[in-house]
Amino acid sequence: MAFQLTPEREQELAEIFARYPNKMAACLPLLHLAQEQHGWVSDEVVTWVAEKLDVSTAHVFGVATFYSLYHTHPVGKHHVWVCRTLSCALHGADDIVKHCEKRLGIHVGETTADGAVTLHTAECLASCGTAPMMQIDREYHENLTLAKVDVLLDRLRKS
Amino acid sequence: MLQRTDHLTKRYGIPDGFTLTRYLADGGYVQARRALSMTREELVNECKAANLRGRGGAGFPMGVKWSFMAPTVAPGRPHYLVINADEGEPGTFKDRSMMEGDPHATVEGCIIGCRAIGAHVAYIYVRDELHLAKDRLWAAIREAKAKGFLGAKPFGVDYAVEVYVHSGAGAYICGEETSLLNSLEGRRGEPRLKPPFPAQAGAFGMPTTVNNLESIATVPALMRLGGDNFSKISSLHPKEGGSRLYGVSGHVNTPGIFECAVGLTLRELIYDLGGGVKGGELLAVIPGGSSTPILRADELVEAPNESHPLHAWHGMSVLDVPMGVETFRGLGTMLGTCCATVLSDKACPVLAMHNLMRFYRHESCGQCTPCREGSGWLERLLDTIVAGNGTMDDLNRLHEVANSIMGNTICAFGEGTAMPALGFLKKFRREFEEYIRTGGRSSTNRLALAQPAAE
Ligand SMILES: Cc1cc2nc3c(=O)[nH]c(=O)nc-3n(C[C@H](O)[C@H](O)[C@H](O)COP(=O)(O)O)c2cc1C
Ligand code: SF4
Ligand code: FES
Repeated sequence: MAFQLTPEREQELAEIFARYPNKMAACLPLLHLAQEQHGWVSDEVVTWVAEKLDVSTAHVFGVATFYSLYHTHPVGKHHVWVCRTLSCALHGADDIVKHCEKRLGIHVGETTADGAVTLHTAECLASCGTAPMMQIDREYHENLTLAKVDVLLDRLRKS
Repeated sequence: MLQRTDHLTKRYGIPDGFTLTRYLADGGYVQARRALSMTREELVNECKAANLRGRGGAGFPMGVKWSFMAPTVAPGRPHYLVINADEGEPGTFKDRSMMEGDPHATVEGCIIGCRAIGAHVAYIYVRDELHLAKDRLWAAIREAKAKGFLGAKPFGVDYAVEVYVHSGAGAYICGEETSLLNSLEGRRGEPRLKPPFPAQAGAFGMPTTVNNLESIATVPALMRLGGDNFSKISSLHPKEGGSRLYGVSGHVNTPGIFECAVGLTLRELIYDLGGGVKGGELLAVIPGGSSTPILRADELVEAPNESHPLHAWHGMSVLDVPMGVETFRGLGTMLGTCCATVLSDKACPVLAMHNLMRFYRHESCGQCTPCREGSGWLERLLDTIVAGNGTMDDLNRLHEVANSIMGNTICAFGEGTAMPALGFLKKFRREFEEYIRTGGRSSTNRLALAQPAAE
């Protein structure tokens, strides 16, 4: 089925296009908007964006696959990104990653069987002064301990 | 020299510090209003007098960069201001603090910057993950617009200025300015060959200035003080002026962002501001983001020649050299983003290099063979060494691969990978050899001091 924005999101379109001198520049914002609604960038989403921008689906697909935060496959309802770069690694990021894998029963890159959580690692999230840290959906969680991680993950499984 | 200042951070940590009300109470937007009655030349000269070196990593003089823009705007060739808030350099977390803590300084800086380069539109490119920062910037833009500080006639002056936030989508390379421009235009974030430089053909093929977020957010302060006075805050005046944000993370007791006059030393950053080394003695420090070659704590300045810019520090610890763009180049490293990462002697330098080379392999955009293949080789050779199966040949090969990346790539990511790699190999040659000889038993084989639960 063809992809369509909800009426509320549809209103944002004009505002987005007005920011730029041409349509193509709205490519990243439109992919974000569509993914926010649909959860991932499906073929239908790619076609929809291409039509809105008057560019080829190949262009949009090329863009979607270049950036790590567009999901070109179905993913979990919630996303957990554990930063594993040096400042976080100096504060035990590797242990946090392993703990998340054990607690969720999945490996990095996988989604829990109930579809609730996808686990990712991330590269430096500009939060090095409060390492170790992870991002869950839009929120940063800093100065983590394994106990704090447990509370956060339990909350996710329930929501 | 340790001199704390609050020209940029006065509103940090105040509950309503990010609101327009608070910003106005502190004299906010007075400089933007004034700038709109000044000529481009006057503004560029003010910035030149401030000796503000770009805060994004390369340290290019900001006023000089502004002066590269065509003095008159040709018909059909609008100018653009693009602000780089991609902040992805490992160890760097300063721009985020400005966007979250004082977003109006950035918006005001954009108005002044637009006027100085003849632009009417500024795009602030923020990495996608920084949702709070983006929300704060958008809220600040809306507040400023509602007051008539932005739009068709800011402050009633017939000089339109619009500011927009543009979100990235997860790619470190988009911090490189030409990659960022492609990303802004709705393309894959692959760096472009230079020339043409952005001032000739940047965003949408039009004359463009790319300034780092801290650089632009500092402009209202330099206008308030006057360029010359601003420059004199720095102990490195007139080479490098003003105050800036210093960051410290890793094995220190009180990591964070601190605003100081330019010319702070690493010793002051680590011990006075960072509260000293956590869990051991200082082993080494990466001075300004992972692309800047590492310095060992036991290194001394080697500058016997009187004409050497660091001669005054000859024989002293590298930790006591003022942190400047040129002084740190003299040390064979770079100042970079001025956010240091500290390693205690409990951390294994082989693992630290492995962690960073994994990062670079992951983030190479893949356009140039030496970078794409070279970063992969570096990681795989280190995989072998860390697994305890390395040979001395592997160590030599690491050198060869890093050297073959240098100078053979489209963008500076290549050097940004090779230079820190060569830095680790040179400074920790003995540790690498022992690691290989003992299969890793010579090392703590840890980066972390303890399990996070135990902290
Ligand atoms: C691989 C790479 C990554 C970069 N990442 C950033 C970044 O995240 N933020 C930034 O401001 N500059 C970054 N830069 C530097 C920019 O290309 C550019 O020099 C800078 O934004 C100019 O701003 P400034 O003159 O105010 O420092 C990066 C450069 C390279 C080569
Ligand atoms: S040097 Fe690396 S990151 Fe830069 S353009 Fe070449 S492949 Fe891409
Ligand atoms: S290294 Fe994890 S936030 Fe920077």
